[in-house]
Amino acid sequence: MSEEWIPLTGLGPGQVGVVRQLAGGRGFVARLASLGFAPGVEVQMLQNFGHGPLIVLVRDTRVALGRGEAMKVLVEAMPHDQ
Amino acid sequence: MTNNQIRNQITVALAGQPNVGKSTVFNLLTGLSQHVGNWPGKTVEQKTGVYDHNGTRVHIVDLPGTYSLTANSLEERIARDYIIREQPDVVVAIADASALERNLYLLAELLSLPAPVVLALNMIDVAEQQGMRIEPHVLEAALGLPVVPMVATKGQGVRGLMEAVDRVSKNTAAYAPSRPEIRADHQAVLAQIQRLIAGAVPEPYPEDWVALKLLEGDEEITSMMRERLDEDRWQEVHTILMQHEDAILAVAGGRYEWIGRMVRAAVVRPRIGQVTLTDRVDRYATHPFWGLLILLGMLGLVFWLTYTVGAPLQELLDTYMVQAGAAWVRSALSGAPAWLVGLLADGVIGGAGMVITFLPILVIFFAALGFLEDVGYMARAAYVMDRFMHLMGLHGKSFLPLFLGFGCNVPAVMGARVVEGQKARLLTILVAPLVPCTARMAVVAVLAPIFFGPHAALVSWGLVGLSLVMLAIVGIALHELVLGGEHVAFIMELPLYHLPNARTIGLSVLQRTVAFLRKAGSIILVVSVIVWALSTLPGGEIESSYLADIGRLLAPLGGLMGLGWRMMVALLTSFVAKENTIATLGVLYSAGEEGARLAKVLAGVLKPAAALAFMAVQMLFIPCVATVATVRQETASWRWTAFSVALLLVVSFTVGIVIYQGAMLVGWGV
Repeated sequence: MSEEWIPLTGLGPGQVGVVRQLAGGRGFVARLASLGFAPGVEVQMLQNFGHGPLIVLVRDTRVALGRGEAMKVLVEAMPHDQ
Repeated sequence: MTNNQIRNQITVALAGQPNVGKSTVFNLLTGLSQHVGNWPGKTVEQKTGVYDHNGTRVHIVDLPGTYSLTANSLEERIARDYIIREQPDVVVAIADASALERNLYLLAELLSLPAPVVLALNMIDVAEQQGMRIEPHVLEAALGLPVVPMVATKGQGVRGLMEAVDRVSKNTAAYAPSRPEIRADHQAVLAQIQRLIAGAVPEPYPEDWVALKLLEGDEEITSMMRERLDEDRWQEVHTILMQHEDAILAVAGGRYEWIGRMVRAAVVRPRIGQVTLTDRVDRYATHPFWGLLILLGMLGLVFWLTYTVGAPLQELLDTYMVQAGAAWVRSALSGAPAWLVGLLADGVIGGAGMVITFLPILVIFFAALGFLEDVGYMARAAYVMDRFMHLMGLHGKSFLPLFLGFGCNVPAVMGARVVEGQKARLLTILVAPLVPCTARMAVVAVLAPIFFGPHAALVSWGLVGLSLVMLAIVGIALHELVLGGEHVAFIMELPLYHLPNARTIGLSVLQRTVAFLRKAGSIILVVSVIVWALSTLPGGEIESSYLADIGRLLAPLGGLMGLGWRMMVALLTSFVAKENTIATLGVLYSAGEEGARLAKVLAGVLKPAAALAFMAVQMLFIPCVATVATVRQETASWRWTAFSVALLLVVSFTVGIVIYQGAMLVGWGV
């Protein structure tokens, strides 16, 4: 089950995933939650060059995340069909 | 006016996440009646104002923009403390209709606090442009509280909002909104904690809210309850909390489940996948390469404006106001004692003139900052620069204010307001004076050719490089010291781009300029009078003045850098304005301000090693009094101001000594 969960950094540009787990301290998780991240929410990767920060679309909001931060968001990647 | 008499007064707090147009709503309501100050004992800006509605005087308090009400940041603590302790009659929650779900997260938090809430659905037009259709009445029925659609940038919806506020404030008994609940799997735990803390929660905190915050892991509430509960009871609570460390996810999940139910019938969404203007612009604006180019272009434009508009204006003001004023004082007081004429013409007008000639540049910088902030570009600049800024422990948002420092350090320090988080803001303020401003560069431009002839350009660039290296070193060191090495998580919203609102930008320029004039202006005036007095008293000549005495006192320190007392005095007078360095040297070496004589004399007295040390110290020395006064204004602390001055003294003299002694050691330029 959880083997299919990958860090957010693993999503390519345009790819969609569903958030499954938020790791890290409570303060960090609270900040992520206030910007729209919570288990079950769909996110779409907008920019990911494989290095440096990335941008995702979550609940109609564009959120920039550092790579270290994005590693703590575990998602289930959705198949490319859209 | 149908009714001049104010029958009653109510207080309304404006809450909202960042980038929802909250300040536009606030400006619309309060216009020029607004008062800008700080929250008591805090360095966070507090804006208040009044709005008269059908004979009711509505006092409006603008709460800091926050994504949630957990005690993660000072802003969040201020916002929730205000609602809990001051108990406003109504809280207006302003939401961005185009990102409704995320925006209602704050509403979900507000609903567990005691004050009644009215929801202002701002930017309805933007939501429609994105293809969404929102039914305010359906949302209103689901939430059980008034929902008012608004387009604040066009002034639409203000009346409706204030009518809803009025209705709610008059009939609080009828207010019974739907409230979010914790996710089902954690309801028993929440109830258990609520039982354990019952009776021990201090007024005016609501018990159920405190229980929820304990589960969320809120530090402030946790330490409050640890003090309130007796040892055994706290251990019980603590054990439960430790067993449910991931409860924050259940709390947040519960809120989003509730939000989903609330908006389900009220919002019709387009199919995802349509490419918006923001996405098209961001393809370039946030690109690691094109983004940097665009950023450089923007900054080039700001500086071009400064030089083509600001600098000539500055000169005009200097000629026709400052110099003309001083000349007028001299002729009007021709019979008065010389000290009085000097005090007024040099001390007072000199100081006031500094403040006045600063204005054109400040207004341009504040306007640029306000514009880039308002259209939504600021966050992109921070995103592009974040990887570089992180190297010195700074947030990407510190970049723009610091870059403005190349023009003038004052807007750099004031611009630090855009940086989120108290500590990161302080760090930005502390390193800002290390950015070489135009005035410092002007001094270098005069001195470098004198000492280094054909190598002047190389030396100048070297000095700029040195300043930036020192900025990075000091940044990293302070990051350990001020932030305790704490990693600043990089999570940031990139708001939608939108057209600039002239009113919002205009008011922000006005407020920042007035703040500078009111607070920094008086300090600048006082300091320039003091320095003037020190440089003339007791005899009227700078060579025999108290300032010269101080310079002689500092001579042993100067000796370590190969500098005599005259050079130390020149450094001291640069505190009033950097350009004074040259003027003072001219007077002290009786060579006049310009021309070959000063060059010849200086080249004769200073060896290259000492000259290099002097220029390095000059670059890193205490900034001008205007900057120091602004540091005081922005930190609201004399201790941090003193720390900033002491830090720069240590840094500049250390570098000066290292350069001179190093040169001596290798036998260069002595």
